[in-house]
Amino acid sequence: MSDTRIVQIFILPTVILLICMNIFPLIYSLFLSFTRFSVISDAPPEWVGLANYQAILTDPRFWNNFAITGRYALVSVALQTIIGFGLAMLLRTKFKGSGILTTLILVPMMLSPIVVAVFWKLIFNPSAGIFNYLLGFTNINTSPEWLGQTDLALWAVVIVDVWMWSPFVMLLALAGLSAIPDYLYEAAAIDRASAWFQFRRITLPQVMPLLLIAVLFRTIEAFKQFDLVMGLTGGGPGDATETVSIRLYKLAFQGQYDTGMSSALAYVILVIIIAVSNLYIRQLNKARG
Amino acid sequence: MAAQVAQTPPVSTPVTISTRVDQVGMRPLIASWVRGIIAVLIAIVMLIPVIWMGMTAFKPLPDAVSVPPTVFFTPTLEGFVSLFTQRRQLSAEEWEAMKQRTDLSWAEQVMLPRQQTIIGESQFGRQLLNSVIIAGSSTILSVIFAVLSAYAFSRFRVPGKDDLLFFILSQRMLPAVVVTVPIFLMYRQLGLYDTPLGMILLYTSFNLSFAVWLLMGFIDEIPREYEDAALVDGYTRLQAFRKIVLPQAVTGIAATTVFSFIFSWNEYAFALLLTSDNARTAPPSIPLILGTGGIEWSTIAAGSMAFLIPVVIVTFALRRHLLRGVTFGAIRKG
Repeated sequence: MSDTRIVQIFILPTVILLICMNIFPLIYSLFLSFTRFSVISDAPPEWVGLANYQAILTDPRFWNNFAITGRYALVSVALQTIIGFGLAMLLRTKFKGSGILTTLILVPMMLSPIVVAVFWKLIFNPSAGIFNYLLGFTNINTSPEWLGQTDLALWAVVIVDVWMWSPFVMLLALAGLSAIPDYLYEAAAIDRASAWFQFRRITLPQVMPLLLIAVLFRTIEAFKQFDLVMGLTGGGPGDATETVSIRLYKLAFQGQYDTGMSSALAYVILVIIIAVSNLYIRQLNKARG
Repeated sequence: MAAQVAQTPPVSTPVTISTRVDQVGMRPLIASWVRGIIAVLIAIVMLIPVIWMGMTAFKPLPDAVSVPPTVFFTPTLEGFVSLFTQRRQLSAEEWEAMKQRTDLSWAEQVMLPRQQTIIGESQFGRQLLNSVIIAGSSTILSVIFAVLSAYAFSRFRVPGKDDLLFFILSQRMLPAVVVTVPIFLMYRQLGLYDTPLGMILLYTSFNLSFAVWLLMGFIDEIPREYEDAALVDGYTRLQAFRKIVLPQAVTGIAATTVFSFIFSWNEYAFALLLTSDNARTAPPSIPLILGTGGIEWSTIAAGSMAFLIPVVIVTFALRRHLLRGVTFGAIRKG
């Protein structure tokens, strides 16, 4: 067999699967986004042009969904970066048992987000959960109800997300730190550079590329967050934690099953995510060298 | 290949004393101790939720919901038994009668302190089995397809390669719900809704993107010279692939397999939206335990445990490849 033939045969299954499972559905939903259609009615799709997109971009509730998602992504990614990088600085120099410790800290990010959400729901439980207990709120009547109060619910989700994903930032930061050559610090020490100066002029710039990848990755993931929010609050109370993914879910699979409108929203999200992931993949390619 | 072996540098004794001028004396030593202690403390704080869940899984009901939380308790398997069974509350007389009987099964004895008797199996066993079947099959399929494509992408000039690779990866970037709307419609037409086959196909394509990127990194690292030598020796391209590349890529394939399995095993959104009863996997059903018959704390904890333990074990087994796995194979050190 010629090499060209082998390439074709080797790539074929992947391409076929991608066309059937990804490209076709995407084109189909692009079409549906211009129609009025519901999966639970027998009426065929009715062409309405840009009406769905217009409805989305002028509805304050959608803007609120985007604002919530943005706030959530910003705060949780910022906290993850700080905590993850801090942990990496602590675990940077090896000591006895540091390998096992690192792996133990990494466990949360490998767990199933929905299962994590369910047991954090128990942890946040105002009567018998340990979260309030450990924070020192022992009186049930005055202790905060993390998932039930509109002003706290989003931050409760952020706490779980930070718990789960700070290790991810740590993992990447550790890789970056271990690659910094020792002689840079030696030279700085000979020049009597302060610890702060060494951190700012050597450590930070050297780790930056990897830290940037971690931040981009987490931003995309935060933007598409569904499992955690669904498991913890389901978008409530009210619409306090209704991120775009949750909104899309409600629109497409609850109530009216508004397939046309939900396809349009899906496309709005898609454009945003592709723009962000383009940035990310450019960074990845740079890292691959 | 012999030449390659001869070139390996002689093993040098590791340097055990710091040569850094700023690392000599007492202060760095104390600093490293302090750092270590803080790191241990943070690790403990981070693991409290997991430890607490592990304890709750073995607590009898009153201990599970007590305030302040109990640390010492008599472990029981109530949670695990109730996870896999359906039970009925016993009346006081029935309970007394049950206590007198000596022919009770092991599970019935476990549930006795709760004044319950077992009346059948729950759905959870079947859902866990579904999870194993669906995650297992889709992992095998996606790794096979991915090894082939990754090899082609790594070794040959493929027209439109960068666009194709970007497209493959961008699948991973989309929120599951975005993809689900059209897939839902398609599956309903094709009769794939709520079937294991439908879920296997979906997870295969979902994992493929990740697996192609990860394996490409591993295959890129295998020197081309090995294959070239084999080709000169009269191997065909396929033989070279099978006998030279595959054995060299075994570690990479193993790591990719495990990562793909974890992703399918943990997946929630597709399973929630595209299955209802027949092909339902474990993740969408775990939150539902919350809704049934009051708050079954130890049952939920037991369900989470049963689901998480494999992942924890795997995390330890994979620790050298974690970095690669979570960055699509882009970063290889660490």
